[in-house]
Amino acid sequence: MVGQLILRGFIIGIVAGLLAFGWAKTFGEPAVNIAIHFESAQDEAKAAAAVAAGKPAPPEDPVIFSRTVQSGIGLLTGMVAAGAGLGCLFAVLFAFANGRMGNLASGPTSVLLAFYGLISVYLVPALKYPPNPPSVGEPATIKYRTGLYFLMMAISIASTLGALRLRRSLVPRYGTWNGSLLALGAYLVVIAAFFVILPGINEVPATFPAVTLWNFRLASLGIQTVLWGSIGIIFGYVGAQVMASHPQSR
Amino acid sequence: MATDETSAVTSASDLALKVAIPIKEIMPWAIFGVVIMAVAYYFVGAEQGATSIFSGMSIHEFVHDARHLLGFPCH
Repeated sequence: MVGQLILRGFIIGIVAGLLAFGWAKTFGEPAVNIAIHFESAQDEAKAAAAVAAGKPAPPEDPVIFSRTVQSGIGLLTGMVAAGAGLGCLFAVLFAFANGRMGNLASGPTSVLLAFYGLISVYLVPALKYPPNPPSVGEPATIKYRTGLYFLMMAISIASTLGALRLRRSLVPRYGTWNGSLLALGAYLVVIAAFFVILPGINEVPATFPAVTLWNFRLASLGIQTVLWGSIGIIFGYVGAQVMASHPQSR
Repeated sequence: MATDETSAVTSASDLALKVAIPIKEIMPWAIFGVVIMAVAYYFVGAEQGATSIFSGMSIHEFVHDARHLLGFPCH
């Protein structure tokens, strides 16, 4: 039965990836293109300055894929692959959670899981290390930045799981409302502590247009919301169907 | 019909427990699902950036826009 859920999660993830692609194309690409123009202008200025100083111009980045490919089939592939992977993971989470979230039915379980997932896997890491458009970010620090980003993601996921566990043990003693709020409070303290402890990263060039940066980050949030949201909602229907087709077989 | 409804009401609270899939049935699939997720996220989010399995930049450049827009560190 879990295999059935995963196969469906995979397909739903592909659909979610297509929807996310639509959002990315409409709201993300304009900001990406402005950022790339900004980057080219910076590079040209640097090259001109080098030539003026009598030095050889720095080599240009080789073009492997055209912008049309990157913003079309490349973007589509990335979104669909991420969606498919996410869909498989989501099916596993659903298999664990369904029937273990109090009296919650399959549909609400699925949507609540997607909400937790969006916050833990994307939103909290992004609040500490926000997504950046092209031309923001030093190539020399990519390992450092990637390491910190995935570390923050791991901390965030672990904190959510920890808080849910804590809630489970607090609710019998303090009641649903108070127990839940206590667990939420503990979660926020842990997240805030890591926000303070972990080093910040700001590599946005001083002259980078603020509106473009804002639009880019908002588009990124929108894409992730579409991705998790559509998986959560569609899986709510499909997961419930799979569960209903195996009545009390366990 | 009436009895069906009553039984549905009485079993509503333990329905959740009945519906839950046993953990040991999920575990092998869980590993499978997490691996697929990790591979997909790795290739979209990090390959040929911080670490490389394949040399060159073609995977990085191909998924370039998706990597930026999904919020992964890039460049």
